[in-house]
Amino acid sequence: MNESLHLWLVPILPFLGFLLNGVLGARMPKKLVTAIGILAPLGSFLMVVNVTAASMISAAQTCAQCGASTASVSLPYVETFARPWINLGVWHVDFSLVLDQLSLVMLLVVTGVGFLIHIYSVGYMGHEEGYARFFSYLNLFLFFMTVLVLAGNVLLMFVGWEGVGLASYLLIGFYFDRTSAANAGKKAFIVNRIGDFGFLIGIFLLLTNFGTLTFGEISARFSAAPIHLVFENGTASLARGPALPNAAIITAICLCLLLGAAGKSAQLPLYVWLPDAMEGPTPVSALIHAATMVTAGVYLIARTHVLFDHAPVALAIVAIVGAATALFAATIALAQNDIKRVLAYSTISQLGYMFLACGVASYASGIFHLVTHAFFKALLFLAAGSVIHAMGGEQDMRRMGGLRNKLPVTFATMTIAVFTIAGFPPLAAFFSKDAILAAAFAHGPLGKLLWFVGLVTALLTSCYMFRLWYLTFLGEPRSKPSHNHSTPLSMLVPLVILAALSVCGGWIGIDRFSAFLAPVTSVTRRPAIHSTATPEIPLTLAAIAVAFLGWYIAHSFYARKSERAAQFAAAYPAAYKLVANKFYVDEIYGAVIVKPLFAFSKYVLGWVVDAAILGGAAWLLAGLASLVGAILQRWQSGNLRSYAAWLALGAAAVLLFVLFYGTGFSFATIVRH
Amino acid sequence: MTLLQHDVPLSWYLLLSAALFSLGVIGFLIKRNLITVFMSIELMLNAVNLSFVTFAREWNMVKGQIFVFFVMMVAAAEAAVGLAIIIAVFRARATLSVDRIDLMKL
Repeated sequence: MNESLHLWLVPILPFLGFLLNGVLGARMPKKLVTAIGILAPLGSFLMVVNVTAASMISAAQTCAQCGASTASVSLPYVETFARPWINLGVWHVDFSLVLDQLSLVMLLVVTGVGFLIHIYSVGYMGHEEGYARFFSYLNLFLFFMTVLVLAGNVLLMFVGWEGVGLASYLLIGFYFDRTSAANAGKKAFIVNRIGDFGFLIGIFLLLTNFGTLTFGEISARFSAAPIHLVFENGTASLARGPALPNAAIITAICLCLLLGAAGKSAQLPLYVWLPDAMEGPTPVSALIHAATMVTAGVYLIARTHVLFDHAPVALAIVAIVGAATALFAATIALAQNDIKRVLAYSTISQLGYMFLACGVASYASGIFHLVTHAFFKALLFLAAGSVIHAMGGEQDMRRMGGLRNKLPVTFATMTIAVFTIAGFPPLAAFFSKDAILAAAFAHGPLGKLLWFVGLVTALLTSCYMFRLWYLTFLGEPRSKPSHNHSTPLSMLVPLVILAALSVCGGWIGIDRFSAFLAPVTSVTRRPAIHSTATPEIPLTLAAIAVAFLGWYIAHSFYARKSERAAQFAAAYPAAYKLVANKFYVDEIYGAVIVKPLFAFSKYVLGWVVDAAILGGAAWLLAGLASLVGAILQRWQSGNLRSYAAWLALGAAAVLLFVLFYGTGFSFATIVRH
Repeated sequence: MTLLQHDVPLSWYLLLSAALFSLGVIGFLIKRNLITVFMSIELMLNAVNLSFVTFAREWNMVKGQIFVFFVMMVAAAEAAVGLAIIIAVFRARATLSVDRIDLMKL
């Protein structure tokens, strides 16, 4: 009944772009590279729009005709390739792509924002070395990200998951001749290994306990009643469905998945790679480390939420991790001076909000915030990129200031983004953040605490974003830019479009949005916590008040008397140092984990295992072989007559052997004839 | 036919063959001149041929005689190639002493 949508084209187009630009890019003219790099994501985006339209029209027809529809497409729409990927008899894994409401929303964000950032990159990377390499990596990222989103089973999702990690690594280390960039890439990859380890264990646990990796079949296991009626040969009997694994195992699976999600989405305690990832070019930070890849963890939790619904403990941990990360990262962001690092910590903090939303089983609001965050955070990064571009590579906010007049479009769009993230109505993040806070407040006593943390985070968010705004755009210029780049049109257009989305993105409202997502994300089992009535209007007013308060604080510190911030920092030197140094987390990890690991590798693995045991064994074998060789080579005199003598002796020896221990053949038998 | 068979016993032929073969082996081992070594090889081949025809005669089987033709053929080919090599060696090194042709070592 479903017509074919050719979903596979969505990932394949960017992959073709990757191949063309990756293999031939260096030999092609720049215009062709640009065309391929832009057209691949555009094609993908148009495919997604087409798919969206097809499903929307079908849905409308279904409504109009009340069930008896001629609908050609109904969600969830599954596209499975005829040949299984892994076939092990008992179970098999297919290349299956699933389109449902959740993946549709994600696809629109990934390809839409991705396309805009590709356009922006044309202007931003125009003068850089490795232009074709950059676009091929971006397309590769888009390929893996769409695979991740569309995957119909956990294993295929894991392929996409690892793939985006690879693309992220390649792009963080894009300027690989800079040691700091190469190290940041390695750090991102290694920290993600820890998370991926958890994810893999989760996959194994899923396979052993559920016997399937397909999302649909896992959900079906939960919805199937354990005992049900079976009608057979006219008699009714009770039958037991496949039993569910017990709660402890489900909790363990959820915690493993959470570890994976925390790695990819930069949550406590695995967030350390994201600030360093800002070594990559700014469009990369916008696309991968703000809008799309880092939200994969949230997507994973929303995708497997049936499991989390049955593991209240794991769900509570998700919420606590999210809230703690949100608050923790927001405090660090207050004292950073690198414009991109402020935004990086802000991203971590906002991802914490999404985890918080998932943790209170309000997946729709988490995804809602994911969408609006993709708009305004991509905008913030792109605007910051425009600032950095104009300042000739300067990223330190203390040397900026007064850019309001020089970069009017950037200033206008950045202002919209700042007001959006701070949560002013009626901009996008106001709605999504409000939805999360309301959902948290309704979630029992723990929820009240989470709500309070969320509110404090909102205050801090407003503070540090306005601090960034004042330091960058207002006041007097604090340094002479070395050389002025004018901002090309290809950079301005995405800014304007994203600004419009940041304004309007939330107007759909959480109610309609969660109704749209309901077939996928509606909670399958109510947690035991009783929902309390939510005083919605006071909550909203509190959120708005906090946004204004943050603005006021930033204004009084950075606009009126700019020396006040320094005085404040001087008044609490210990606290300031602690925050400015990011709570010394990197140093603590270095001392507790990295140094001992290095020592272990060097002394135990390097000296004892490698040098002594393996090296000794290899040396012993080689010595034995050369000793035997030294003895045997004396035989090879080169003297023909000595060879002949050995030959004759050998022949005689064989003859004697046959004579005395003969195998039934002897001269005696010959003579008898 | 029977006359021949019984006048000279089988063992005589074999002893002659063994003696010829031993002479060949000894010549091969102790002579220094490459051509003499080569002749020793021919001697060994013909000693074996003698054994073949003897047994063929003794058991009235033609296989041994056929084999002799093979051996002769190989010996002829070997003589052609071997003599060519010997000439080449002599041209290159101006000696035919086996002890001085000893490049085949490490």
